[in-house]
Amino acid sequence: MKTSRFAGISAVLLSGLCFLSVAQVKPEKTEPISVYAELERAPAKYRTKVNPLATDKDAVAAGKVLFDEHCAECHGENALGGKKAPSLRAQEVQSAPPGSLFWILTNGIVRKGMPVWSKLPEPQRWQLVTFIQSLGPAEATENKTPGKS
Amino acid sequence: MSTLRVSQLSRFLLGALLSFAASSFLRAQENPYIVAYDHNLEEPGNLEVEYFSTFGTQRGGPNFHAFWSEFEYGATAWWTTEVYLSGQTTFGDSTVFTGYRWENRVRPLKNEHWINPVLYVEFEDINGADKILKEVVGHDVESDFLRLNGEARREKKREAELKLILSSNYKGWNFTENTIAEKNLTNSPWEFGYALGASRPLTLKGAAQKCNFCLQHFIAGVEMYGGLGDRYHFGLHETSHYLAPGLVWNLPSGWTFKIEPTFGLNDNSHQFLLRWGVSYEIAGFGQKVSQLFKGKSE
Repeated sequence: MKTSRFAGISAVLLSGLCFLSVAQVKPEKTEPISVYAELERAPAKYRTKVNPLATDKDAVAAGKVLFDEHCAECHGENALGGKKAPSLRAQEVQSAPPGSLFWILTNGIVRKGMPVWSKLPEPQRWQLVTFIQSLGPAEATENKTPGKS
Repeated sequence: MSTLRVSQLSRFLLGALLSFAASSFLRAQENPYIVAYDHNLEEPGNLEVEYFSTFGTQRGGPNFHAFWSEFEYGATAWWTTEVYLSGQTTFGDSTVFTGYRWENRVRPLKNEHWINPVLYVEFEDINGADKILKEVVGHDVESDFLRLNGEARREKKREAELKLILSSNYKGWNFTENTIAEKNLTNSPWEFGYALGASRPLTLKGAAQKCNFCLQHFIAGVEMYGGLGDRYHFGLHETSHYLAPGLVWNLPSGWTFKIEPTFGLNDNSHQFLLRWGVSYEIAGFGQKVSQLFKGKSE
């Protein structure tokens, strides 16, 4: 009785995990143009925000630590993009208003897989923005559109 | 058929082990709550494996140690699903498996707001010996735990639990309020409860160097939870309530440790509970398992 119950629970867990893992990587249909279009959707009050840590001497180094911990898994170690997320070295990102990047970090793009990072305190989100925009533009090494199969 | 099952199970276990070994670390950013939920969901594709433990004092009977494991998976950026397996040891009595829970949390709104709702749906298949106190609802009181395990485990509880989680982040603080409604799927009335929480990292700025003991990795907070009666007797009469200050340490290596001494606030509550937990977050777990089953790398 105990064995069959354990087997039943294991089977449910196994099938659920398999379903979810397959569902999770199923690419959503995304037009290439939409990858960076979210930046344009940042409200004006965010776009015009000044990065309070733009001149902070530790912001880039701290942002790099945070990037490695939270972002590199999807965006790649050099922010050049990965299988799950686009390059952050693209001109669209590098030339975006810092407030737009801050808005994306705060709100995520949850329907397209980008998590919400509001759990990081504001200063840490600004440190990330400072680090990302310190990298400068570069060609992506991975697919530029995460939705492209 | 059984050969196929064994083969699939072996592949799964092997894949899980390989994923675990080869996965990148990812620093979790957990709040110190053990009962209350905030609106932060698991990152998509990540699996968080957690172990929690509650030592509880019991008036009129032996103390107990309740424990549970959680497997929390970020199905999408707006949906987190989680399975719990729980058990308990009552000192001088026995150790028993008390059942499983399957919960789902969904974020209905796309953007961050002042107050962020999350909808929570859980199914529980547990027995009457369950003592993990993952939620306190209805007229749950300390004396419910006095029954011997052999007798208590014969009571089957198949319950549905709904929560409305309302959570806000403001200047580094998190404030959360959970309203709980639980129904035994047999003919029992709806029971209600609440959980409130507030927390803040010890410092808001990130350190310029990777470090384990930087203050940014520690988040302190407090939570309060308790029952609100049931459909027929709503209110605070014959309910229990708890106050729990807590601390969480989110290590850069992906490990998280929580500790929460908990104090009963009235005569219906356990006087003291010591709760702690440890978890590890496996980044990209879903993708690795998916690749394993597809038999190719993307």
